[in-house]
Amino acid sequence: MSAIEMRNIVKEYGDGFKAVNDVSLDIADGEFMILVGPSGCGKSTLLRMIVGLEDITSGDMLIGGDRVNEKAPRDRNLSMVFQNYALYPHLTVFENIAFPLRLMKGISEDEIKRRVSEAAGMLELNEHLDRKPANLSGGQRQRVAMGRAIVRQVNAFLFDEPLSNLDAKLRGQMRTEISRMQRRLGTTTVYVTHDQTEAMTLGDRVAVLRRGYLQQVASPRELYEQPVNMFVAGFIGSPPMNFMPAVVTGDRLKLPFLEVGLPSSAAGQVSDGQLLIAGMRPDHFEDARLLDPVKRERGAIFRARVDVTEWLGDSQYAYLPFESNPEVAKQLADLAAELDSEALRTQLIISIDAMSRLRENHEGEFWADTDRMHLFDPKTGINLTRDEAAAADLASLEQEELADRRGELAK
Amino acid sequence: MKASRSTQLFWIAGAILIILYALIPVFWIVSLSFKAGDDITNKQFLPTVWSWENYKTVFASDLFTTALRNSVGMSIIATTISVILATLAAYAISRLEFPGKRLVLGVALAITVFPVIAIATPLFNLWRTIGLYDTWLGLIIPYLSYSLPLSVYVLSAFFREIPWEMEQAAQVDGATAWQAFRRVIVPLAAPGVFTAAILTFFAVWNDFVFGITLTSSEAARPVPAALAFFQGASQFSQPTAPIAAAAVVVTIPVVILVLLFQRKIVAGLTNGAVKG
Repeated sequence: MSAIEMRNIVKEYGDGFKAVNDVSLDIADGEFMILVGPSGCGKSTLLRMIVGLEDITSGDMLIGGDRVNEKAPRDRNLSMVFQNYALYPHLTVFENIAFPLRLMKGISEDEIKRRVSEAAGMLELNEHLDRKPANLSGGQRQRVAMGRAIVRQVNAFLFDEPLSNLDAKLRGQMRTEISRMQRRLGTTTVYVTHDQTEAMTLGDRVAVLRRGYLQQVASPRELYEQPVNMFVAGFIGSPPMNFMPAVVTGDRLKLPFLEVGLPSSAAGQVSDGQLLIAGMRPDHFEDARLLDPVKRERGAIFRARVDVTEWLGDSQYAYLPFESNPEVAKQLADLAAELDSEALRTQLIISIDAMSRLRENHEGEFWADTDRMHLFDPKTGINLTRDEAAAADLASLEQEELADRRGELAK
Repeated sequence: MKASRSTQLFWIAGAILIILYALIPVFWIVSLSFKAGDDITNKQFLPTVWSWENYKTVFASDLFTTALRNSVGMSIIATTISVILATLAAYAISRLEFPGKRLVLGVALAITVFPVIAIATPLFNLWRTIGLYDTWLGLIIPYLSYSLPLSVYVLSAFFREIPWEMEQAAQVDGATAWQAFRRVIVPLAAPGVFTAAILTFFAVWNDFVFGITLTSSEAARPVPAALAFFQGASQFSQPTAPIAAAAVVVTIPVVILVLLFQRKIVAGLTNGAVKG
């Protein structure tokens, strides 16, 4: 188990394209770090540079304090689970898991047997040890790949989108399994994914990448509540954060549907008449009729026409279309394209109580928790209302949790 | 999908026709080899009396037995060397980036279409000068130069099919490049290796041009060339029947090889390596 430190890592390809750009990242010993971002953001390249399958153009990669830039993969003592598992088809499950041990010198056959059955036991593979990978289901292959990774004592586990080839139900189960395994072994883990559910649920901290640049490294909670810019805000959360044009008029802020006081944190940074982008999460809204009266004081009430509702049993989403100004619309379309989605129309997606009987194409009364609204500079995308104190609070919470877990393991 | 009865009949009839077309000459040779003495002029497909006489003649002659030994020895040596070299070369071609990679493959293909007879005469002169004429080595070298390109071609196609991740996984698991090659890549490419080995063996086993031009005695003469030197019982009788018997004898190892290895040649061993 080791900490991994990256100092100004750059990956430049022969044609001058920079896949990873000046990334500095510290991963603590025993930490579960997620690398996340839309396709082409450089997350897999970064992972492959950690493991040594990709050369580092410049910068330093330190594992356990040693610089490993020039070391071959086998000298870095890491294990990796590939997206397509990369099992050895000519070997049985037992031999697949034992493969890394067989390459090490001075391990007795008994020791190999013991370690393989221990790893197989942890992953419930004991009854499949004599089978070949071709005869296994997707989930079983996935577990064999994990068995091969955990069978020896390594500095860190690396996962490259390990669950993307599984169906939704299995993915959920394996996610829990990976989390449980990492907590139990306490091994430093770097996990690449484009699935933000995995990012939010698995990681101690999440590193969000965009076109090779690191955007923000923080706990899932901090990313969700205090994003540094529009990209992170839009990437984290599902359904995504709503972005609306907001015009500063004096000490007021004019949004579609409603008008609120200009938040004090943004007050000094904006001028009268300036156009901003306001971001509000779907769960910061509610059907005003079903609202807890205590909450009512905190936010603003507005009326709007409901276009479509989606009732999911435990939750309900309502879509409220609005007219956006062209500048903001273009900005949002660009952002959506970058996030691998498409901005079809400007609309608010809000999460309302599943009990609500709002009807489509009728007006309804809604409540918005305007205190939790974020304001972004439309040109730079920077979050003008990020609460550094709250962010620091969340970061220290995360640190405590990791320290707790380490203490538990040490016992 | 179920084919209608008439199309089914059509295919069966076609298959039988083609099989007969291919097998009748073989049956003819077999039948000839069992005709003793002047029976070959009996104007019938089958011998009047089935006789082992020709086989006895063939095995009694030193000409055939030494030639058989030469053929077996040289084929095995040439095949082994060719497959080993081709495996390494094909791996390099399919996995490494180096300047002139396409050229190597292009030249390899060009050599396979080069007529054998064109280099036979120059080699004859060269070998006589440097003393390789009428030796095993003198035949194995040209065999290699013709079988290697084909083997490299076949094997590089097989290596390309093997996912890169296999080796990367092995490297991360602690294998050196050589260990990854030997423990992961070679076993996965086994069907390709067998295919290349069999093709090489056939090419060498059936060679006639080099066998007849580059040898002068029984020291290195392979069977196909030796058959041309067969003599009849008397100076005036054609040795057709003994040649037929010898031809049957040399065909048998090839048939056995194919039957033994046809299961190995079946591709698809990489099933289950990756998602699916």
